[in-house]
Amino acid sequence: MKQPSHPHTEPEAGSQGRRNFLKRLLAGGAAAAAAVAPEVVCARDTLQRPPEALGLLYDATLCVGCQACVAACKQANANPAEFTAVDKLWDTPLDTSGHTFNLIKMYRNGTMENKDAEQNGFAFMKTSCMHCADPSCVSACPVSAMTKNPLTGIVGYDPDICIGCRYCVAACPFGIPKYQYDSPTGQIGKCELCRHRHKDGHYSACAEVCPTGATLFGRSEDLLAEAKRRLALKPGEWTTMPRGRLPAKGETPEQAAQWKGPLNQDYQAQAGAYLQHVYGEKEYGGTQVLKLSAVNFQKVGMPDLPPKSSAATSETIQHTLYGGLIMPVAVLAGLTWVARRNVVAEAGEEQDKQGEA
Amino acid sequence: MSAHHPAVPVGGKLLNTATAVCGVLIMAMLAVLLVRFIFGLGAVTNLNDGYPWGIWVIFDVIIGSAFACGGFSVAMLVYIFNRGEYHPLVRPALLASLFGYTLAGVGVIFDLGRWWNFWHIFWPGYANPNSVMFEVAVCISAYITVMWIEFSPVFLEKWGLTVQKKKLEKVLFFFIALGTLLPMMHQSSLGTMLVVMGPQVNPLWQTPVVPLLYLLSAITVGYGIVLFESCVASAAYRREIEMHLLQPMAKIMLGVLGLFLAVRLGDLVVRGALGHAFAASLEAFFFWLELFCFVLPYLLIGSAAARRNPARLFLAGIALMCGAMLMRVNGFLIGYDTGLGVDHGWHYFPSIAEMLVTIGMFSVEVLAYIIITRRFPVLPREEAAAAH
Repeated sequence: MKQPSHPHTEPEAGSQGRRNFLKRLLAGGAAAAAAVAPEVVCARDTLQRPPEALGLLYDATLCVGCQACVAACKQANANPAEFTAVDKLWDTPLDTSGHTFNLIKMYRNGTMENKDAEQNGFAFMKTSCMHCADPSCVSACPVSAMTKNPLTGIVGYDPDICIGCRYCVAACPFGIPKYQYDSPTGQIGKCELCRHRHKDGHYSACAEVCPTGATLFGRSEDLLAEAKRRLALKPGEWTTMPRGRLPAKGETPEQAAQWKGPLNQDYQAQAGAYLQHVYGEKEYGGTQVLKLSAVNFQKVGMPDLPPKSSAATSETIQHTLYGGLIMPVAVLAGLTWVARRNVVAEAGEEQDKQGEA
Repeated sequence: MSAHHPAVPVGGKLLNTATAVCGVLIMAMLAVLLVRFIFGLGAVTNLNDGYPWGIWVIFDVIIGSAFACGGFSVAMLVYIFNRGEYHPLVRPALLASLFGYTLAGVGVIFDLGRWWNFWHIFWPGYANPNSVMFEVAVCISAYITVMWIEFSPVFLEKWGLTVQKKKLEKVLFFFIALGTLLPMMHQSSLGTMLVVMGPQVNPLWQTPVVPLLYLLSAITVGYGIVLFESCVASAAYRREIEMHLLQPMAKIMLGVLGLFLAVRLGDLVVRGALGHAFAASLEAFFFWLELFCFVLPYLLIGSAAARRNPARLFLAGIALMCGAMLMRVNGFLIGYDTGLGVDHGWHYFPSIAEMLVTIGMFSVEVLAYIIITRRFPVLPREEAAAAH
C-alpha cells in the first residue's frame, strides 16, 4: 500500500504494480462490503402498539354485507361515488381507491350455500387501513406526510406535506394507501379512523353505523380482549355482542362522555365458527385493527405476514449504514486521503514530464 | 482532472440526422408531459395502485442512474486505485454520468404526484431519515452537484478561465472522494428501497444483502457502459477505439462481476430461496434471463484473445447493461406483487405515452452528449495521426 505505482512509466503495469493494485482492490472491496453489510448492532426492533392505541375489531361472522359502513365512510370523508356499472346509479367501487377508503369484499366458493364456509360458501371481509403498530408507509414516506400518532397510534396523512411519490402505496402489504391518478393534484387516500371527527365526539363512521357490531370501535387492547373472549366461545353459543363503541376496561363516565351515541347497544347473537386466530394480533408486530374470520384469512384477502415488520428490517439496514453518519464520514476520510495522494502524484508526474521535455 | 492526455472538442456540425431525430423525440416527450401536468398521471400512464411505480421510476431513475455509473466506476479506478492510465476514459464517462444523473433527477419530478412539494424532502422537520427514499434523494442530489464540480474544468478550460481552474484543481481531490462515496451510498440504497416492501417482493429479489448486490452491479455496469459508449463514440465519430485501455478494464470488470455473482448466488443458497428459481413462473424465467446476462460476459470475453475483439467487448457491455436492467425491473416490477388479487389482479405494462417520455429523456442525453463532445474538450485527442 505504501508505494504508489507509476503506470505511466510502466505501460504494462509490472507485477509490483499489479500486486499493489490487487491489494487496493481488496482493501476497497472490504471497505465497500463494510459499508453495506447490515449488522445487528443498530438493530431496530419491531415497534409495538401504543398502550392507548385506538382501533377496530371486525368480526366477519357478524357481517351481513350491507355496505352501510362503505356509504358512511364515503360521507364522513366527503368522497365521491365511484361507478363501475353501466347505469351510474350506485356507488360501486371494486376495490379501495384514492376515493374509497373502506370496502366490504366478498369471498365466494361453489354453490355459495353457506355463510362463513370455505367450501360452497361465502364470507365477507373488510378492507381498510389496519393502522399497523410499525407501519411500512410511515417508514417509507420520505417527507413525514404519513405519520403515526404516538398516543392514539392512528396512521394519519397530510396532503400539504406529501410529494406524491407513492412509496407508501408500494410499501404497504395490505395495499391500503391509494393515489388519485385522475387528478393533476392527486392525493393519497386512506382510512384515518375518522380522526377528524373525534373532536366532535364521533368515532369511526363505519363502526358507528354497523347494525350488527361486525365493526366495533375501541381501544386495541380492549378489542383484543373481546376478540379472545369470542374465540373461547363454542360456535353457535348465544352471547352478548356489543355494537358501535366498545367501552374501555374500567372506563369512567367522564371518559365515556367524550364520545357521542348511546352507551349500550348490546344485543344477543350467536358466536361464529371462528378460526383460532386474531388477525392483527401479531402480524408485522401487530395492527390496531383486528379481525376474526371463519374462513382462512389468505382466502379472504389478508396477506400472511411474519411477526417482524419490514419497516424494522429496512430501518435496521438504513441506520446501520448511515446512523450518525459515522460510516459515511469514515469512508469519506479514507477516500479523501487516497484521492489526495493520487491526484497530487499525478500533478507531480505531469511536472516531471514537462521538465523532461 | 489534469490534462496529460489532452482532451479536445471533436468539432463538426451540430445539426445532423442524429440530432434532428433527437429533437423530434424530445418534442414528443414535451407534448406528453404537457398532458400529464394538466390532467394528472392517470391521463398518460398505465400506473395503478397495484403498480404505483412504472417505467418513469424504474427505467428513468433506478436503471438510468445505474447506467450513469460509468463516471463513478472509472473515477474510482483512476483516483482511488491509482490507475492513471485510464485517465482518458474519465471525461467521457463522467459526461455520460452527469447527464444520466441530472436527467434522473429531473425525471423524478414528472412522476411525483405532488411535485410542487418536492423540496420537503430536503427540509428539516419534513425530511424523514428513516426513509430509504430520503437517503437516495439527498445522496443523488448531492452527487449531481459534485459531478458538475468534477466536470467543470472542461468548461473552465474551454472559456480560458485558467486561474479558476487551477484553484479548483487544488481541492478537486475532495470532490473526487465525495464523488466516489455518494454513488456507493445511493446505488446501494436504491436496492434497499425494496426491503420495506417485504413479502410483496419475490424472495429471488427480496434479501437483506440487496444493498451490496445493487452496489456491485452498479460498479460492474459502470464498466459495461464505458465499453458500450467507447465503441459507439468511436464508430459515430470514426475514431480509433481505445483498445489498450478497454482490454485491461474489461478484465477488472469481470473480476467485480465475479464478486457480484458469488454474493448473488451465495445469498440465494443461504436464504434457501433458490427453489423459487425452479418454479414454473414468469418470475423464474426472468431470473434465469437476468442470470444469463450476467454470465454472458464470461462467454464473450473470458479469454485474453477474445478481449482483443472490439465487437465482443461491445456485446459484453450490452450483456451487463441488460443484466443490471433486468435485476432492477425484476425486483421492482416483475417480482413485485401486492398479492391481493383476490377479486381482480393488478397488471401493468407501460403506455405508449410513458415510453415516449422515457425515450425522450434518452434523446436529451444523446443530444447533449453530441453537442458537448463536439464543442467542449471531452474526448481524448485522436492519437492515430499524431503518435505512430
